[in-house]
Amino acid sequence: MGKVAPVLVVLVILTTLWYGAALAMNWDQAQTLADDDAGWTDVATAALTLERPLLPTPDQVVGEMIRGVFGYNVVSSRSLLFHAGVTAWAASLGFMVALIAGMTLAIGIVHIRTLDRALMPWLIVSQAVPVLAIAPMVVVVLGNIGLTGVTPKALIAGWLSFFPITTGMVKGLRSSDPMRRDLLRTYSATGTQVFMKLRWPDSMAFLFPAMKVAAPLALVGAIVAELPTGAQAGLGARLLTGSYYGHTPQIWAALFMAAILAMLAVAAVDGAQALLVRARGGRL
Amino acid sequence: MTHNSLPRPDTGSGQNRGPDALPDHGVVKPDHGVAETVIEARHLGVTFAADRQQTVALTGVDLAIREGEFVSLIGPSGCGKTTLLRLIADLEQATTGTLLVNGVAPEQARKQRAYGYVFQAPALYPWRNVERNVMLPLEVMGLPRAERQARAARVLDLVGLAAFRRRFPWQLSGGMQQRASIARALSFEPNLLLMDEPFGALDEITRDGLTLHLHQLWRRTGLTAMFVTHSVPEAVFLSTRIVVMSSHPGRIVAVIESTLPRERDLDVRETPEYLAVAHAVRAALREGHRDG
Repeated sequence: MGKVAPVLVVLVILTTLWYGAALAMNWDQAQTLADDDAGWTDVATAALTLERPLLPTPDQVVGEMIRGVFGYNVVSSRSLLFHAGVTAWAASLGFMVALIAGMTLAIGIVHIRTLDRALMPWLIVSQAVPVLAIAPMVVVVLGNIGLTGVTPKALIAGWLSFFPITTGMVKGLRSSDPMRRDLLRTYSATGTQVFMKLRWPDSMAFLFPAMKVAAPLALVGAIVAELPTGAQAGLGARLLTGSYYGHTPQIWAALFMAAILAMLAVAAVDGAQALLVRARGGRL
Repeated sequence: MTHNSLPRPDTGSGQNRGPDALPDHGVVKPDHGVAETVIEARHLGVTFAADRQQTVALTGVDLAIREGEFVSLIGPSGCGKTTLLRLIADLEQATTGTLLVNGVAPEQARKQRAYGYVFQAPALYPWRNVERNVMLPLEVMGLPRAERQARAARVLDLVGLAAFRRRFPWQLSGGMQQRASIARALSFEPNLLLMDEPFGALDEITRDGLTLHLHQLWRRTGLTAMFVTHSVPEAVFLSTRIVVMSSHPGRIVAVIESTLPRERDLDVRETPEYLAVAHAVRAALREGHRDG
């Protein structure tokens, strides 16, 4: 209970503030729609139940989510779960891309001195490119060279999330204690053995925090890649159609679904970490 | 090659064991009765260059260590005792002089897995339990699994950690961790054990216990041992010979032969012979300090 109470308090405060904000932001619209003789309570009620409010109320968003999740068949394009699944799949593939690319780059940087100098500036430049802003363009360009469907989404998700993996792994692969490294030298261990028996296990303590940063980023990448016109499915498409038709509860429902996915992703990383910690006798 | 030797018999008391009783480590031994020279240093010197400043870490080291000896290197910080040990282990390169380990260059000796090295810290791998830590060198050397387990069991028994083989390093006391690291250094049966202040970070009571333990281990295995230390009592208790070193520049100032019997227990520290050797070591340390 000691942990739940503070969370509940914050939740109550946020919800109250939210209702207040909804009231204030939707007031004008409610007044315009209301009859001339409507009292302020009528206007307030209307402000909290508008079909296309400027800011939907929490109960409207939750209602929209429940409808989206339980109201339709999962394979229906009206189901929120269906769209969440599409996005989660693209984000997962993107995360895999980020893991493979990030680790490969890190291994290269750590082992090849020239790569360290030659590659790092470009990696930093790659992160300075506002992928979020040009993602739609990237999707169109990739579509022109025949990459359609989930591939461009996974690539953008991977692009957005590989950098923490790379930097984390570079740091991790270099974190080995000099004495433990000397020890392997006294055994005349090969470079591969040093990697497998020392560097790689040492890097795990850095890989998992990096993955916790990267997983939500991959999700953001997948959503952004779904924004361009033509995307028929995914949370990004829901955001887009929601804003196109001014159906704000749909936008908020999609946003909350994205937040839930991000939490699940981080929880999955935590779960994998817990398995590793158990195999290592209780410490990472 | 070195790992094909049979397990060392550890049933006997270990007394009166000449070089013939030692297992074959694949090193060609001269066919005469005199104990073989394991380490031979001539005019050995190391100069570190950093920022156009030259530091003479070690100069003019002449030293020959025979098989089965227990040699301590003692001296103040910066006297090059760790450097000398690292030279023998091929972890550092000499700038002058010659050094032979088992009759070959240090690099070759390292590749023949001639020595086990125990560092100042246990340097255990935290994600491996005690047994798997001990098996690390055996994995690197490519021994089959059954052989690895048999050897790990034997050396863990030797250091009294058999019951703790499934524990992880953080679950052990400092003394037990260092014992595990000694077991690891012995697991591939080197004929030389190099120890760099292995008990430096431990409390006095634990040190006493481990010192005695190390002595018994050395008696039982017949190893050649080199032991770097700051502690006069430790050096005198353990050694057959004590090399006293001094700093600025790092060098050997005296080599003291111990008059104590090979077989010892903690009570030996009360004997006049012990006190005489300790006195000689302290005098040499003072002498070296004055010169420096």
